Amino acid sequence: MSRPVSYNLNSKPMENDISMVGMPDGYQGEGFFATKLNDVVGLARKNSIWPLPFATSCCGIEFMATMGSHYDLARFGAERVGFSPRQCDLLMVMGTIAKKMGPVVKQVYLQMAEPRWVIAVGACASSGGIFDTYSVLQGIDQVVPVDVYVPGCPPRPEAILDGFMRIQDLIGKESLRRRNGERYKNLLESYGIQ
Amino acid sequence: MDGWIVNHQAIEDSNSLAMLTNEIVKQRLTEKFTEQVMNFQEPYGMLTFEAPKEMNLKVLNFLFDDEELRFRFLTDLQAVHYPDMIGRELAVVYHLHNLIDNVRIRFKVFTDIQQPDVYTATGLFSSANWMERETYDFFGVNFVGHPNLKRILNVEEMDYFPMRKEFPLEDQSRIDKDDEMFGRG
Amino acid sequence: MIEHGHIKLPEGSIEKTTTTLNLGPTHPATHGVFQNIIELDGERIVSAEQTVGYIHRAFEKIAERRPLYQITPLTDRLNYCSSPINNMGWHLTCEKLLGIQLPKRVDYLRVIIMELARISDHLICNSIVGVDTGAYTGFLYVMQYRELIYEIYEEICGSRLTTNIGRIGGFERNFNDIAFQKLEKFLKEYPKVLKEFINLFERNRIFMERTQGTGGISADRALNYGFTGPNLRAAGVDYDVRVHTPYSSYQDFDFKLPTGTTGDNFDRWQVRNEEMWESLSIIEQAYKKVQEFKGKEAEVFHADVPEYYLPEKEDVYTKMEALIWHFKIIMGETKIPPGELYSSVEGANGELGFYLISDGGRTPYRLHFRRPCFIYYQAYEELTKGGMLSDAIVTLSSLNLIAGEMDG
Repeated sequence: MSRPVSYNLNSKPMENDISMVGMPDGYQGEGFFATKLNDVVGLARKNSIWPLPFATSCCGIEFMATMGSHYDLARFGAERVGFSPRQCDLLMVMGTIAKKMGPVVKQVYLQMAEPRWVIAVGACASSGGIFDTYSVLQGIDQVVPVDVYVPGCPPRPEAILDGFMRIQDLIGKESLRRRNGERYKNLLESYGIQ
Repeated sequence: MDGWIVNHQAIEDSNSLAMLTNEIVKQRLTEKFTEQVMNFQEPYGMLTFEAPKEMNLKVLNFLFDDEELRFRFLTDLQAVHYPDMIGRELAVVYHLHNLIDNVRIRFKVFTDIQQPDVYTATGLFSSANWMERETYDFFGVNFVGHPNLKRILNVEEMDYFPMRKEFPLEDQSRIDKDDEMFGRG
Repeated sequence: MIEHGHIKLPEGSIEKTTTTLNLGPTHPATHGVFQNIIELDGERIVSAEQTVGYIHRAFEKIAERRPLYQITPLTDRLNYCSSPINNMGWHLTCEKLLGIQLPKRVDYLRVIIMELARISDHLICNSIVGVDTGAYTGFLYVMQYRELIYEIYEEICGSRLTTNIGRIGGFERNFNDIAFQKLEKFLKEYPKVLKEFINLFERNRIFMERTQGTGGISADRALNYGFTGPNLRAAGVDYDVRVHTPYSSYQDFDFKLPTGTTGDNFDRWQVRNEEMWESLSIIEQAYKKVQEFKGKEAEVFHADVPEYYLPEKEDVYTKMEALIWHFKIIMGETKIPPGELYSSVEGANGELGFYLISDGGRTPYRLHFRRPCFIYYQAYEELTKGGMLSDAIVTLSSLNLIAGEMDG
C-alpha cells in the first residue's frame, strides 16, 4: 500500500501577494487616522520582537531548525536574535534547567529591561519533563514568571511557532499601564524580584 | 609515536590467531602478583579481576609498562555501590584497553564505605582526572593525591552522595508532583 | 573553591596581573551550557578552568529505576544531535546481555540509520565552526538537508530529533516505500550540497588562517587524555570502534578511516568532512545490500524474540501466548539474566560505552554511560594555553561538545 512521495503537488493560490499585518480598529478620514495608543504600540512591539534564545539542550536544536529556512522564524519579525539580555524583549528558555543553572536564568531575567516576556519551550522548561530528579528544576516558573508554555519533547518547530504567535497575541493586547500596576508588582514580589 | 598507530594487520591476525589472549594476561598477572590478584572471571568475554586497594597503582603501572601487555588506554573509571557486602561496599572499576592488540580488561578494587580512600590514577592517565571527580561526586570515594578533588556535576553545596543506594531519585522538597499518583506515596 | 586571584605575570609582560574572563554558561559561542574561567594576559590565554554540570540530569540514577526498553528515551537525550546512534548502542548492549542474534537485514537497516545520524551530527559541528569564524551561510544551507534526514526518521519512528528508534531485536516497523524513496532523494541530492559546503570554506584564506595551527594536540597526549572519535583521528591515531570490535555487521562494508596529522582545528574539520563522504558511501552500500533481499526475507525487520519484542496487536487480541508476552513486557516483568558487561559503539564524538550490571531483577543494578565529550573536554586547557582568545572560541566549537552528553 505504497503511495508516491509528493511534495506540494496542489499549489494553492496565495490570498495576497505579500501578507501584511492588518490595521488596528480606528476612525480614519482625509489625512488622519485615530486609534488607541495601546493598539499601535502593541502592533509595533509584536512584529519586531528581539528574542534571546537560552538554549540548553535538545529543544535548542529544534530552535535551530525553526530559525532555519524551512520553518522560518524571521517572517514573524524575529530575525535578529540577541545574546545580550539588555537588548532583548523575549527570553526563550529551551531545554532542561538544572538546579545549578537556576540562578543563571534568574540573573539573565533580571538584566532584561521592561517590557519583557518569557516563553518556556519544551517539557523540561515547563515542568521538569521526564527528569523528575534531585538535580533538575521542576519548571522554570520556580524562578521566573512565565507567559507562555510550549509543550512537547521536543516540540515540533510548528509548535514553537504557535507559542511564538501566542506571545505575539499577548504583546499586542497588553495594556500600557500593566507594568506599573499593583498586580504585576505582586507577581514579581512572589518571585523575590524587586 | 609509532607504537600508538593501530596496526590493522595485527588486529586481523589477533582476531584469527589470538596473539594476546585473556589466558596470557591472567598468567602474567598471577606470575607478578601471586595471590594478590584474585577472582578472575570472564563475563561476556572480558577478563575481570580484582586486587586490594593498596595495590591499584602497582597493577595499573604494570599493565601500562609491560611490553607484552601494553594496556595504555583508560576507557572508563567509575564505581558501584553494594550496600550488602559489609567491608567492601564501594567498588572502583577500571576498564583498560590495549589498542594495538585489541584486548580489553576490567579491573576492580573494593573499599570500605567508612574509609573510602583509593590512590589516584591521574599520574598515569590524564583522563582519570574528571572521571575520579565524578566518582567522588556520586559515591564519595576519596582519591588520595588527586590535584583537585571537588564536585563536578552536582551543585557545590550538596552534602550527600546521590548515587548511593540509600538516597532517593526525586527531590523530596518538590510540591508540584504528587507521589501518591506515581505509586511512590 | 579555588580563588581566582589575578596571576602575577613575569617581568617584561605588557600587564602586571592577568585579567579574569568568565566565558559563562550563557554565551553565544558556547554551544551548550558549560563555563570556562579564563585568565588572560592581553589576548593570550594563561590558564583556563572549566565548570560543567549545568545540565546534569542524573541519567544513571534514573536508569536504576526503569526496565530496559524505558531506558531508550533516556539515551536519546545524551547526544541529541545524533540520537539514533545512542539508541542503537543501547539496544546492542541489551542484545549482548540477552544473547539475541539479529538477522542480516536488520543489521543493514541499522547501519543506514546510524550513518545518517553521523552525517547529521557532523553537519551541525562543521557548520557551527563556520558560524564561529563568521560565516553564517554554510549553516543555513546544510540545515535544509538535515530536514531531509529528519523526514526519513519520521517515516520510521514518528519523531524528528529524540527518536527512540528501534526495539530490542530490531525495529518497530518495516521501512516502507516512502522511507526508501526519501532515502534515494537524499542520496541523490546530498553529494552536491556537501561539495558546495566544502568549497565555501576549504580554500578560503580567512578560514584556513583561523583554524590551522590552533588547538592542536599530539597523538600520545590525546590518547592519555582518553580522546576517541574524530578528535583522536585528527591527531593521527586510527582507532574506530566500528573496525576494532565490529557490531551490527560493519565488517561487511568497505570504508576508510580518515586521519589527520596535527590534531588542530583544521584537521578536525577536514576529518569530519571526509567521514561524511565515507558515511555516504556506507549508506549506498547498505542500501544496495538491503535491496538484494527478496520475497519473504524482505519482510524481516526484527529478530524472533517474543520475550523482549512486543507482539503484533492482532496476535495480542487473538492468541493467548501473545497476550501473556505483551502483558509481561509492558509491566516490566521479563527477567533479564544477571551479568556484567561493557559494550560500545562509535558515536559521532567517539566511543560511547555502556557498562551494565544486572542482578536479575527487572531494572539494571547499575548502568554507567561512558560519555566521550566528558572525557575529552578535560584537555581544553592544554589545547588553548598560549593561544589567543579568538582561537579558543574556534577550538571550543570544533571539539563538538554536546552539553547533554557531557553532563548526563
